[in-house]
Amino acid sequence: MLIRRPADIAPSEITDQTIYRQRRNFITGAAAIGVSAFLPTQATASTKLPNIKKSAYQVNEALTPFKDVTTYNNFYEFSTDKSGPAIIARNFTTRPWTVTVDGLVHKPMTFDIEDLLKFSLEERVYRLRCVEGWSMVIPWLGFSLNEILKRVQPTGSAKYVEFTTLLDPERMPGQRYPVLNWPYVEGLRLDEAQHPLTLLALGLYGEVLPNQNGAPVRIVTPWKYGFKSTKSIVRIRLVESPPVSSWMRAAPSEYGFYSNVNPDVDHPRWSQARERRIGEFLKRKTLPFNGYGDQVASMYAGMDLKKYF
Amino acid sequence: MLKSLLFLLSLIPLARLTWLSLHNGLGANPIEFITRSTGTWTLVFLLLTLSITPLRRLIGRNDLIRYRRMLGLFAFFYACLHFTTYIWLDQFFDWSAIVKDVIKRPFITVGFASFVLLIPLAATSTHAMQRLLRRRWQQLHRLVYLIAIGGVLHYWWLVKKDITQPALYALALTLLLGFRLAYRFISRAP
Ligand code: HEM
Repeated sequence: MLIRRPADIAPSEITDQTIYRQRRNFITGAAAIGVSAFLPTQATASTKLPNIKKSAYQVNEALTPFKDVTTYNNFYEFSTDKSGPAIIARNFTTRPWTVTVDGLVHKPMTFDIEDLLKFSLEERVYRLRCVEGWSMVIPWLGFSLNEILKRVQPTGSAKYVEFTTLLDPERMPGQRYPVLNWPYVEGLRLDEAQHPLTLLALGLYGEVLPNQNGAPVRIVTPWKYGFKSTKSIVRIRLVESPPVSSWMRAAPSEYGFYSNVNPDVDHPRWSQARERRIGEFLKRKTLPFNGYGDQVASMYAGMDLKKYF
Repeated sequence: MLKSLLFLLSLIPLARLTWLSLHNGLGANPIEFITRSTGTWTLVFLLLTLSITPLRRLIGRNDLIRYRRMLGLFAFFYACLHFTTYIWLDQFFDWSAIVKDVIKRPFITVGFASFVLLIPLAATSTHAMQRLLRRRWQQLHRLVYLIAIGGVLHYWWLVKKDITQPALYALALTLLLGFRLAYRFISRAP
């Protein structure tokens, strides 16, 4: 029907096969979403996201293979074993899904996940450094969190932003065990949250975010250890005092509020000077702020980073 | 016969690691996988070694003692693999980093101490040595209790948050050592 090709169409107007596929997937996805109003189905992982712009955020290092990015995950809501989330989160339903943005804002808003997917998405290649001493390079899809913050308009007394993961032990079986204080909570200073690097990610490798990577929507702050990048977010709240994150509550001497990647400040139990890039044999030196110092170091000018770790 | 079977069974963890590494099956972080696997099997063999005496008493089969030395030596064997993995694959002979780790990281410190203490036990594991040292042999080999406690502590201290696994090993060790205390107490009672 729609796709019949009239004889007079110019070859240049014929949609390129891959783009066509993407559109078609999108249409299928959109149809599924339409149905989801009645039936809580989900956009299947490996659904391509359409209309992705390239961006200036690139890293001149090899990408970590998709398979490693999606089978080696710390996502305690599903499992404390890094190969667990890929298996246990397989049937995690991410529809319907909303993200509420409230607290100290002039215009509190609730975004449906479909609305977030309509923002202009770009591909950003970021390094990811885990506090455990390994790292990856991942092509995320999303947009600056600040786009959202601008819409809700923080009030003058808003100083911090708190992120909360979904709490649902039925769907997230790891939450049945008190490994951490559920729901998972993380926080950023307002200027960190507004920084253009701070990404609201909805996908990776051209696709909808796989469940084990924090579907359907997560934060990515590439200059901080991975655990600061809250997954499967349902709430973003602007607040006056620093949120106490789940990891700070669990081990205050080991995990601080800032948790900027810093080779000079060791975890009390292991060194942070080097890291193993997944896929490489020899460890490489860890860079201050994970290599994003040019963009972010000024936010911490004059601060003792050993004290504010 | 049974001894050969046990010997072959004890090689399965190594065979599995070899097979997986040849077939790209060690996951995203192969070095971590090997470190953890060899560490786990070191601890398992330590605990198996320690369960011989309680088993002998419980089921009255004194001949089980014939298998103890082999289990102990396999614990040492996997500890050597574990230590080599750390020195070679993990740290790649970065001696200053290794020395710093051993001094500064409590979990490495106790792991290292346990490993070092295993060496004299392995070296004196022969019958000849046993005859030569007599009573002192027994005293020396009581170090295995300390080594096992060190191994569990090493595990406990290295996990980030979920202590389920080390807690299970701690429980097993407590039972094994507790049995010895209880047995001593009972057999001394008039
Ligand atoms: C008798 C001696 C030892 C025993 C019983 C032992 C046991 C273990 C166990 C059970 C694990 C955890 C496995 C897992 O996570 O599933 C482990 C991990 C580890 N061990 Fe050992 N170990 C010993 C000696 C050593 C020594 C001498 C070193 C280094 C000097 C060492 C370094 C490590 C490292 C680096 C890890 C991995 C930590 C991580 O994955 O983050 N161990 N060991």
